[in-house]
Amino acid sequence: MTARHGPVRRLSVGVGVVAIVGWSAGPFLWQLSTSFQDDKALTAATPSLWPSPGTWEHYYNVFAAKHFQLYVLNSVVVAGLTTIFCLAIGALAAFSLSRLRIRHRFGILIAILSVSMFPQIALVGPLYLLASALGLLDTYASLVIAYMALGLPLVTWVLFGYFETFPRELDEAARMDGIGPIGLLVRIILPLSAPALVTVGLLAFIAAWNEFMFALAFTSTIDHQTIPVGIANFTDLYYVPWGDIAAASVVVTLPLIALVLVFQRHIVEGLTQGAVKG
Amino acid sequence: MPRWPDATPWLLLLPIAVSIGAVSIYPILNGIWLSFRNTSLVSQQDDFVGLLNYGLLLGDEGFWNAWRHTVVFTLVSTALETLIGLGMALLLFERFPGRGLVRAAVLVPWAMPTVVTSKMFGWLFDGQHGVVNWLLRSVGLIGANINWYGSVDHALGTIIVADVWKTAPFMALLLLAGLQTIPDSLLEAARMDGAKPWQAFIFVRLPMLWSTLLIAGLFRALDAFRVFDLVYVLTGGGPADSTETLSTLSYKTLFSTLQFGYGSTLSTAMFITEALIAAGFAMFIVRKIGQAR
Repeated sequence: MTARHGPVRRLSVGVGVVAIVGWSAGPFLWQLSTSFQDDKALTAATPSLWPSPGTWEHYYNVFAAKHFQLYVLNSVVVAGLTTIFCLAIGALAAFSLSRLRIRHRFGILIAILSVSMFPQIALVGPLYLLASALGLLDTYASLVIAYMALGLPLVTWVLFGYFETFPRELDEAARMDGIGPIGLLVRIILPLSAPALVTVGLLAFIAAWNEFMFALAFTSTIDHQTIPVGIANFTDLYYVPWGDIAAASVVVTLPLIALVLVFQRHIVEGLTQGAVKG
Repeated sequence: MPRWPDATPWLLLLPIAVSIGAVSIYPILNGIWLSFRNTSLVSQQDDFVGLLNYGLLLGDEGFWNAWRHTVVFTLVSTALETLIGLGMALLLFERFPGRGLVRAAVLVPWAMPTVVTSKMFGWLFDGQHGVVNWLLRSVGLIGANINWYGSVDHALGTIIVADVWKTAPFMALLLLAGLQTIPDSLLEAARMDGAKPWQAFIFVRLPMLWSTLLIAGLFRALDAFRVFDLVYVLTGGGPADSTETLSTLSYKTLFSTLQFGYGSTLSTAMFITEALIAAGFAMFIVRKIGQAR
């Protein structure tokens, strides 16, 4: 805020910023407070903003009674494997399109990007039949294979953009030294691309961590269901356990918030570069 | 200089081709194929029926009901998100202490799983103990609790509010990136000429931001058109089908009634609609660029 601006403008910017923070953080903070309040406080006529007396009861329910840790494990495995495969395959594709002599490279790139616009509801039915025929229903593999393909267009696009910024002399020098294309990618390009890999890796991870429709359709037991399916099914017979739901929400959202706070700049860059894709 | 083999680039593209081919191209084609069949996992039928399903679709009141909700949801949420996002972007562009932290906070709604957002709004807007009812009663805006997503009149509106909460900050970041590409010198010049801030906005920033707004709005609309998670978890399409959208209707037709033929007709119709909108928009953009030259 520079001295040029008058106090009125500074005040309105201040109010606006507070509103934005309240908008973004308020509902989650309420969820956080809810997760520490006992059911009596939650159903009281006047809601209390601060949990007093606080209780760990909901966190206990979530893990001991509802085995939430199993969903978390499934999500970590699925999102982790998805990220690794996305980065490996996406890097190969982006490298080929950016650094090697290939015809129609922009046509190929646009084809890859347009595929990412297919609505998932149009894919889920046939994929279910396919997974069923291959005996892949209720497995990690079905989810990882699906999420990988959904994540690849954005990963390839962002990595392509990053690889394009390296000078061509790099390739020639490698060629002179007798390094093959894979050597160029693995020993030179990838180590230089750590920031872009972190960015797209995070985006792929978050997308897989949050995905719901495919997980709902493909998995049927707690052995392979991911967190979103677990939370969606969090209803007791006679009432909605809002406190338990709030505790589970906090558990899955806190790691994401930590990632977002640490890698804010990377994520914003990746997203805005991927904005063409959406 | 040693030559690298010509096949290498294609070999490196093989994994992505297999992956996308199996998970995107094949299912889309298979879905179109199924949309001409009466495939049902219940009755075990699986015959070619030509355009019969599409005929049924046109006369299906459930489809048009979902279509209307989807269009209303798409138009209203996209418009609100673009407007609110623009306001947020203009604020985030200003200099103020702690700006980095605020920009990170804005990512929280985007990063949160949509299922969690649904449940969170389920609690915020709960008909009995929801804090929104309590707040509105406290300030005297409503006399009695409103059963937000449990009543036919308010359910779709509640879902739109949840979506706007989640996506407006994301729009803000995209538009902020657009704002940052506008050269400072332009705004400076406008200020020198005595332009007030709102004039600088209308005459300098908005025209420069126009293409970003259009593209961000289009992608947002295409995404909103597929809304699934929010609806499925918050209302399941109810009460009395008042929030049924094309995605939830297709999903239920596929996985609850197991009519893979007719379900595929619904989802293929959605796919074609989206493809037409995207293609029309792409042509519009190409023509604009052509005129600009």
